[in-house]
Amino acid sequence: MRILIAIGRFWYELIIGDDPKIAAAVVLALAVTAALLFLGLPEAIVTVTGGLLVLGFFTAALVIDLRPRRTSR
Amino acid sequence: MSVGKDSIMDAASWALAIAVFAACVVESVEATTIVMAMGFTRSWRSALIGTGVAVVALAVFTWAAGYALSTWLPEAALQLVIGTLLLIFGLQWLRKAIYRSAGRKPMHDEEKIFREEAQAAREAGGKSPGLDLFAFMVSLKGVFLEGVEVVFIVLTFGLSAGNLPVAVAAAAAAVVVVLVLAVIAHRPLSMIPENSLKFGVGLLLTAFGIFWSIEGLGILRTGRQSLQFPGADLAIVYFLAAAGALSWLLITMFRRATAPLPVNSPPLVDPEGSIR
Repeated sequence: MRILIAIGRFWYELIIGDDPKIAAAVVLALAVTAALLFLGLPEAIVTVTGGLLVLGFFTAALVIDLRPRRTSR
Repeated sequence: MSVGKDSIMDAASWALAIAVFAACVVESVEATTIVMAMGFTRSWRSALIGTGVAVVALAVFTWAAGYALSTWLPEAALQLVIGTLLLIFGLQWLRKAIYRSAGRKPMHDEEKIFREEAQAAREAGGKSPGLDLFAFMVSLKGVFLEGVEVVFIVLTFGLSAGNLPVAVAAAAAAVVVVLVLAVIAHRPLSMIPENSLKFGVGLLLTAFGIFWSIEGLGILRTGRQSLQFPGADLAIVYFLAAAGALSWLLITMFRRATAPLPVNSPPLVDPEGSIR
């Protein structure tokens, strides 16, 4: 069991890393791109929009860190 | 560009070789620092045995993962899986590079890491007469963990570009260069511009990752054929340029945000200098 936990933690750290927002941004961008594909949009629009969505969601993931954090007392 | 394409040393292959070489240099430098700290403070023999075991484990892992990926997955699925992994790795590297360039995260410092590892090794207690387990395990774990990311980069780039030999050769060349430099310098390789290398590799991984992952979404449509970007391989170039321009914009924005804050504002960077 301990080995399984260690393996799980290893893969989590490798893929998710110290900022889960990055992996979430990638998955979300690909999911939206897949949805555009199912809607039947032209291939050129789906691919280019997909690439721009990746960069857009990445930007959002970073900008979230700029927001002032509430401090608890 | 497609999986299984004939191997030629064209522009894409050079980009592949440069990306793999740079990524492997960065990871090798980090692994070398850990092994050196164990060697200098504990036992060179145990540190090198740990390194050797890790290298063998990495070779087996590379073979098994490479065989599984190239044998079991159809082309579009392979592109989707490896493109997504590349994209996540690339954006993680890019995020750190952007924060470092904007002054929101401390620069990677091999000398500091070496001092911390050496201190931990000294505090770990007495050395056993035979194999020093602490030096062995720390070296094994350090080399294996740094190596797995390189293995993924080598496999994903190599399989997607249909040029695994170029990827493997570039990775091996990087390891040799770092080892030679380490032997000559006999100290942590802080002279290697790791932060700049990480920035460049992050941009390349991101551009290739976008290209492959989105082409791979074709697995979801009837016929399961990869999607095609307008301009085909040229898409890698325009997404590389877009990622570069975006990084520059974000660095500029974060530098402004890190400028002196109004009184009573919470700090943007924590006391250790890390981004919150």
